[in-house]
Amino acid sequence: MERSVQPDLPGVAPPERRPKRSRAPYGLATPALLWLLVLFVIPMLAMASLSLQTGNSLEGFRQTFRFANFADALSQNGEFLIRSIRNAAVVTCIALLLAYPVAYWIAFYGGRFKSVFLFLLLLPFFISFVIRTVAWSFILSDNGIIFGTLKSLGVLPESYRVLGTTFAVVAGITYNLLPFTILPLYVSLEQIDPRLIEASKDLYASRTKAFLKVVLPLSMPGVFAAVLLTSIPAIGDYVNAAVLGGPGTAMIGNVIQSEFLRDRNYPEAAALAFVLMAIMLVGAIIYARVLGTERITEG
Amino acid sequence: MSKEPTPRMDPAWIRGMTQRRMSRRDLFRYAGAGAGALGLSSILAACGVSGEAQTTGPTAGAEGSAEWWADLKTQGPGDHLNFTNWPAYIDRDFSVDGPGSRPSLNAFTQDTGIDVTYRADINDNADFYATIRPALESGQDTGHDIIVMSNFQELTEMIELGYLIELDPELRPNFDANVGPNFKDPAYDPGNKYTMAWQSGATGIGWNTKYVDEPITSLEDLLNPKYAGHVAMFNNAADSAGLAMLQLGITPETSTPEDWQKAADYLQRFNDASGQLRGWMDQAYLTAIENEDLWVTMAWSGDILNDKLYFPEFATFEFAVPDAGGMIFVDNCCIPNKAANPVGAMMLMDWYYDPVYAAMLTEWNAYVSPVPAGGDIVQADADAAKGADKEVLQTIASSPYVFPTPEMETKLNNYRVLEGDEVQTWNDLFNPIFLA
Repeated sequence: MERSVQPDLPGVAPPERRPKRSRAPYGLATPALLWLLVLFVIPMLAMASLSLQTGNSLEGFRQTFRFANFADALSQNGEFLIRSIRNAAVVTCIALLLAYPVAYWIAFYGGRFKSVFLFLLLLPFFISFVIRTVAWSFILSDNGIIFGTLKSLGVLPESYRVLGTTFAVVAGITYNLLPFTILPLYVSLEQIDPRLIEASKDLYASRTKAFLKVVLPLSMPGVFAAVLLTSIPAIGDYVNAAVLGGPGTAMIGNVIQSEFLRDRNYPEAAALAFVLMAIMLVGAIIYARVLGTERITEG
Repeated sequence: MSKEPTPRMDPAWIRGMTQRRMSRRDLFRYAGAGAGALGLSSILAACGVSGEAQTTGPTAGAEGSAEWWADLKTQGPGDHLNFTNWPAYIDRDFSVDGPGSRPSLNAFTQDTGIDVTYRADINDNADFYATIRPALESGQDTGHDIIVMSNFQELTEMIELGYLIELDPELRPNFDANVGPNFKDPAYDPGNKYTMAWQSGATGIGWNTKYVDEPITSLEDLLNPKYAGHVAMFNNAADSAGLAMLQLGITPETSTPEDWQKAADYLQRFNDASGQLRGWMDQAYLTAIENEDLWVTMAWSGDILNDKLYFPEFATFEFAVPDAGGMIFVDNCCIPNKAANPVGAMMLMDWYYDPVYAAMLTEWNAYVSPVPAGGDIVQADADAAKGADKEVLQTIASSPYVFPTPEMETKLNNYRVLEGDEVQTWNDLFNPIFLA
């Protein structure tokens, strides 16, 4: 049914509306674009400029286009980069394993309480990220509520500890990022038409087979998003390593923090931040190529 | 606004409702400071980094000049002051809530009418400096009227870059009358142009006798496998490298870059002894030893002594300077540029140079006071006290860590003052160790 088209009246030119209509999208996008310009593009350019400077905190920094800052950043921090990537990979795997059943259960068995469960999931996140992490340092304390009790019951040896270990750091990051894994999984699982599963069972698929052939492939866009949303913040995280970690657990974010706050060596820190961004970008592109959403929906 | 509110209304509430507490600009500033805690403001600040060492004092009429102070003094102090200090550094009375819980500070407010917002927010010199540096660099108010900085490289840099307001010599009569010789005209701030000492103390080793049977006498004891996983060292090089050098028989104050290398190699042993060290820590060590996560750790004297004396659950804590020697630090009050209430700030800084209030601090925090006359009051109070109070006050009055004996003074060493390129060499050598 055509409602908006005006009849062509002879001798009457149609009103000129075109320019006005085409400007509207730009108008709508302007606030967001301004936001990005001021808070993303300009800082990025400033950081890029900074990453090529030389000098020190006392005498100031001057632009010398020293590209070797990047080479230095990469060569001096290989150990931390590798550790960060490894931790992020472990976090992502654990988070996926933990999140999938939760998302699955809420999506298929949540019933009318779905939004309540999602709300409960997000409830702890009403408290600041840093405070939650610090709270964990109390909970995981050697003689704290968990380990103190287990030790006094003789379940754990007196010298057992979790704080200050890689385990604590990985567990902390996983905990903090878990909702970012669950939510995209939930969204994609929730969209699956239950009739497809019924149909697969009609075709004599077992429960396992129905899951592997129907549910899992259809949820792959969610898995894809969840992996990106979990692994990217995990690589750059520094709060968990700073609060829950110890010697031998520092990640690349801690190095950048230390360069900025302790050494006040801004160019090296900026260069390192760009190196990290480049690594994540390349990683994400390769990942998208190998397991792109288009491929999934096509195939 | 009525001058005399009805008694049923809390005066603080009325003040809060009627007076400006936080302007929009303040709000942005605090938001920035909050982000700064996560390093964000530092990143933004790096947009245009231009340090330039200041060689001369303020020009006539500029911030910190005599004319500027004269002008401010005619206006009088503002009615509000932001005082930012380290944790466990001011006298507390936990039996009361609100401002009364900090008795000496409360007395200041009662006496002067200046309302003080006290924040125990400084956990580390470098980190704190990094959060206020962006504001200082762009010539804005940091939101703090008084900050307390150790005599480390950050303080030196702030003085050299002209980030601190030159103090008014006329506004500190108590200081002139009562400051101890060790705190007058210090090497890091000749003539006390920018700083007045808050407290001083020793960097040594603290331990919990619940887990550690033997007295700790050396940094080597922290490498004892018995304590694996329950040991911490400071993540500031001034202290960690200082104690390491002393352990190696090097005098920190006159050390050379070769000596620093030896100290770095020594500290590296703590990283190499896998599982030995719980962490390279800042002020967070205090919470960790209180939680009994740490058994033996590098420590600041008063933190441990205050815990031991005033909290029964920490009665098993001990503190000592290693036989090879410890470091002595001085934490200094200073006024950052563009502070909102410099006159009030100086009044408060000088307030604590009155022996009465200096003694109130000492009796609580068990640090070394810059006011020797306060010691007589502490001793008199100890003599007059009874029961458990007497024991606590006697312990403080006779502690060599609060009133250093000549013998103790020979064991305490000054920090190395870093100049020029040495800062970079020093940082490059030590900071990677703390990151491992």
